[in-house]
Amino acid sequence: MAVSGARNLAELLEASARLHPDAIAVVAPDLSQLTYRQLNDRADRVAAYLIARGVAPGDRVGFCLPKGLASVSILFGAMKARAAYVPVDWQGPAARNRSILADCGVALLFVGDGREDVLKEFGAAAPRNGSVAEAIAHAPLDAGANETLAHARDGKDLAYILYTSGSTGVPNGVMLTHANALVFVDWCSETFKPTSADRFSSHAPFHFDLSVLDLYVSLKHGAMLCLIGEELGKDPKSLTKWIAQQKITLWYSTPSVLALLTEFNAIERHDLSSLRIVNFASEVFPVAPLRRLTRLVPNASYFNLYGPTETNVCTFAQIPLPVADDRTRPYPIGALCSHCEGRVADARNNLAKRGQEGLLWIAGPSLFQGYWNRPDVNAALFVEDHGRRWYNTGDVVRDDPRDGLIFVGRRDRMVKRRGYRIELGEIEAALQRNPELREAAVVALEDGEASVTIRAHVSGKHDARLSIVALKRWCAGALPASMSPDLFVFHDALPRTSTDKVDYQALRKHGTKA
Amino acid sequence: MPESDELKRSVREFLLAGPLRGELAQNVQDDLKLRTSGILDSIATVALVGFVEKRYGIEIEAHETGIGQFDSIADVVVLIERKLSQAKKGS
Repeated sequence: MAVSGARNLAELLEASARLHPDAIAVVAPDLSQLTYRQLNDRADRVAAYLIARGVAPGDRVGFCLPKGLASVSILFGAMKARAAYVPVDWQGPAARNRSILADCGVALLFVGDGREDVLKEFGAAAPRNGSVAEAIAHAPLDAGANETLAHARDGKDLAYILYTSGSTGVPNGVMLTHANALVFVDWCSETFKPTSADRFSSHAPFHFDLSVLDLYVSLKHGAMLCLIGEELGKDPKSLTKWIAQQKITLWYSTPSVLALLTEFNAIERHDLSSLRIVNFASEVFPVAPLRRLTRLVPNASYFNLYGPTETNVCTFAQIPLPVADDRTRPYPIGALCSHCEGRVADARNNLAKRGQEGLLWIAGPSLFQGYWNRPDVNAALFVEDHGRRWYNTGDVVRDDPRDGLIFVGRRDRMVKRRGYRIELGEIEAALQRNPELREAAVVALEDGEASVTIRAHVSGKHDARLSIVALKRWCAGALPASMSPDLFVFHDALPRTSTDKVDYQALRKHGTKA
Repeated sequence: MPESDELKRSVREFLLAGPLRGELAQNVQDDLKLRTSGILDSIATVALVGFVEKRYGIEIEAHETGIGQFDSIADVVVLIERKLSQAKKGS
């Protein structure tokens, strides 16, 4: 395996800055760019600024910034200072972002213009406010101090904390160390064989774990990282044109984005032959749009990557081409990555019989450290066996002798929508905060090609008929767009089971003929 | 060329049959901000663009659906009318 030998992700950038100082490291959505030397210099300045502002090793540095040169410089600066970075959704509701940043007690917070609302109402625990302009203009540390800092780096340091939807309605902070990330980065080197001639897309926002591949695999190999801004990322026509213009060679996104690209006859109008590898992850890619895509871009290699944020990518499958006309069955999640061990077992980690369905358990060096500030959950998180920690992904799989691992579904109420992991309980918790609503329950419906539809069943506190427009508008302020319900159904009262629990089976059947 | 009221009705009907299914027509006024208010997300907006393009045989460019444009039924109809009249002049 091509091992980087690095202990800290920032060392990947430092090594590339020595090898390819004048190569373009990163291109921003506005097409401004930094060479490796410039990016490394900015990150050094950010690190010195953070230290001058009192950030110590092990501290958390938060940011709510758009995709750009500033956010990349800051996350590398934080890691150079041996702090963990905590990105929040640039377009997410202020209250949710604030609860994340308060949960992990960020020492310093960078907020972009227009998102000052995130800073309000922190109360006594308000973090110090960072200035991007001052950080990137700050004098770097002197050589001696820099060397001392670099020497103290440890693979066990936390690199970042990524928050995912939690079952109690509160997001959970997944803690990942440099060593956790680096073993995955090295696996990508071995599997995708990137070179300094590659151009990586960066579609995922930095609070989404897909960004780990984009950022660190690209910069490790001296390749060019092309950032996709929030608006462009949602616009399939312009995005297709952008891929052609930037001559992207390695793409990584959710299947929903790729499916959208195939829908507007845009690929036919642009030359996407630069694409060498197309990776997708985070949800099942329905076969029909995958077939369309592979026919429109026939020379790329397609990989299905699977793994929760807690383990990073742990299985992968290359899609054999061509995709047959009559295939409807989704592709398997495939084989374990070389750095992972896996087993199919029951909830107590007793092995399932070969070929039978069971929960996928993962062990290995990419496994996360637990959730930030959740001692009760963490105490029961891992099962020890033969000296290894095993983590239950909660995903039901089957080990097929021919195809490898096949994803069957989620056991609990977690769904994937547009690549985001969504806990239905979190949507309900938000709806239940709406002053007009008495009850709210949410079901997720698989609707074939268009992935998951979220339908909210609600009853009002008053007799007046509720307005969908008003509810959708309210949700926009309370939930990220990926969690906002698609449909609302009004009830006088929600159906209940005999034990007075919401009858989800009845809700799921709503509107279908019995 | 269809009348403005006819165009507005057709856009409203699309919304009431799709992303706002179950809503009363009276709650979807011509000047209701659909996107900047968060009522339509990016996926629903793409569906609306697709509907308008197909229904009226026009092509909407990405820059015509930026933030602050293409935000209400009235905005959408002004854009359709402009596109249709350009097509007419061009023919």
